Amino acid sequence: MINWLSSLPNFTAYGTPVYFIYLLLALLPLGIGLFFGKRFQWYEALISFIFIFLMFDGASWQQLFSLIAYVIYQTFLVMYYHHYRKTNNSSGVFYLFSFLSLIPIIVVKLSPAMVGHNSLLGFLGISYLTFRAVGTIIETRDGMVKEITPWHFIRFMLFMPTITSGPIDRYRRFSKDYQKVPERSDYLKLVEKGVFYLFLGFLYKFVIAYFFGQRFYPHFEQAAMSDGFFSWNMLGVMYTYGFYLFFDFAGYSLFAVAISYFMGVKTPMNFKQPFKSKNIKEFWNRWHISLSFWFRDYIFMRFVFMATKKRWFKNRNALSATAYMLNMLTMGFWHGITWYYILYGFLHGLALVVNDWWLRYKRKHLKKMPHNKFTECVAIFVTFNFVMFTFLLFSGYLNTYFFG
Amino acid sequence: MKDDIINILADATGRDVSDFSDTSEDLFADGLLDSMATVSVLLALQDQFGIQVPVSEFDRSQWNSVDKMADRVKELQND
Repeated sequence: MINWLSSLPNFTAYGTPVYFIYLLLALLPLGIGLFFGKRFQWYEALISFIFIFLMFDGASWQQLFSLIAYVIYQTFLVMYYHHYRKTNNSSGVFYLFSFLSLIPIIVVKLSPAMVGHNSLLGFLGISYLTFRAVGTIIETRDGMVKEITPWHFIRFMLFMPTITSGPIDRYRRFSKDYQKVPERSDYLKLVEKGVFYLFLGFLYKFVIAYFFGQRFYPHFEQAAMSDGFFSWNMLGVMYTYGFYLFFDFAGYSLFAVAISYFMGVKTPMNFKQPFKSKNIKEFWNRWHISLSFWFRDYIFMRFVFMATKKRWFKNRNALSATAYMLNMLTMGFWHGITWYYILYGFLHGLALVVNDWWLRYKRKHLKKMPHNKFTECVAIFVTFNFVMFTFLLFSGYLNTYFFG
Repeated sequence: MKDDIINILADATGRDVSDFSDTSEDLFADGLLDSMATVSVLLALQDQFGIQVPVSEFDRSQWNSVDKMADRVKELQND
């Protein structure tokens, strides 16, 4: 069986233009069904499973088993907690289930640093599935997820368009879409938008990201190695990597949103012109939105809620600073246990604290503060370059540069 | 009820009551409310109106103006 599995061809999600031809052909019956007011759930599930299977077969066959075990484990946790929550609501049990749900990702993230190799539990997209599972447990605790069946939860977890890299949807939002059929006029609008996003995605990922990632970046990467830290080439590494990261990831997210739309599911958008942000707070409302909102809703807000209720802090600003640091450091650790991811999170936390302080200062001295097109451009310039610098850290290039 | 909500908003954001006079204005889009202030508003609504609003209930699109907040509070009071 394993020989058979590893001999099969493997298709990374949205990896090549040809992939889209297969995918769209497979989705065609589904689209026709939606057009005529029918959602073929079984066909949709079948197509989803086949394409997910193709992402994890061949050389990645081990990940297929990890994925299956992971989904069974999380379904069991979510269903059991949902059953428990109908009659009880102890905080201890909630924290226990949240922790149990996080165990696989903790093992996967710690393994490289602790034992020096990747854990067998890991598979591509485990982080994104973890966000979905933990989010569902949290909303069950809050009494917001009232109805859940194993089948619906599994469909939510194994929704093909977003499985490996998001955007991160929420169970309540997803199942609302999934259990109904959009009106014909709404569905046609979705398809129209989907087609636009698909082509924008092609431009982003297969053209712009290709040039930055495959042409410009390698040139600067080589040249900067023999230069000092403060060099034009290093600046080239920084900007080319930053633009590559954006266009690659935003392109990918556009594909995921477009394909979801064709399937009649309004997966949330992940990027909204992040580089025109005037401050770092705005940036996180525009960059990798489904991730940053996940952290905002499930970590930042809940921490602030509890801390305010229990009066842990006398000073409001100290509370918000702590919450920002906690939020962004957790994000840093989630990216991976390396100095540059953690520093990336730390700097973004710090920037949010400074940004908050600056906004308070500005509001107090509103009359003396000039505000015009020029100051706005300065704000965008500063935010953009700060973000680009943190992406340089994020890229791991400096690790190779200093220690490699 | 809307006046009470406006007072709560002014308290939480440290702004003037008059900033919230347009009760249909989108509070998040205009930057009047951020996540920090939102939590204060939630807690104050709970105390004042005797309702339970879990953080994950707080879907921003349903709570983004004084009018909508008043509607949601009434709904939760009737639950």
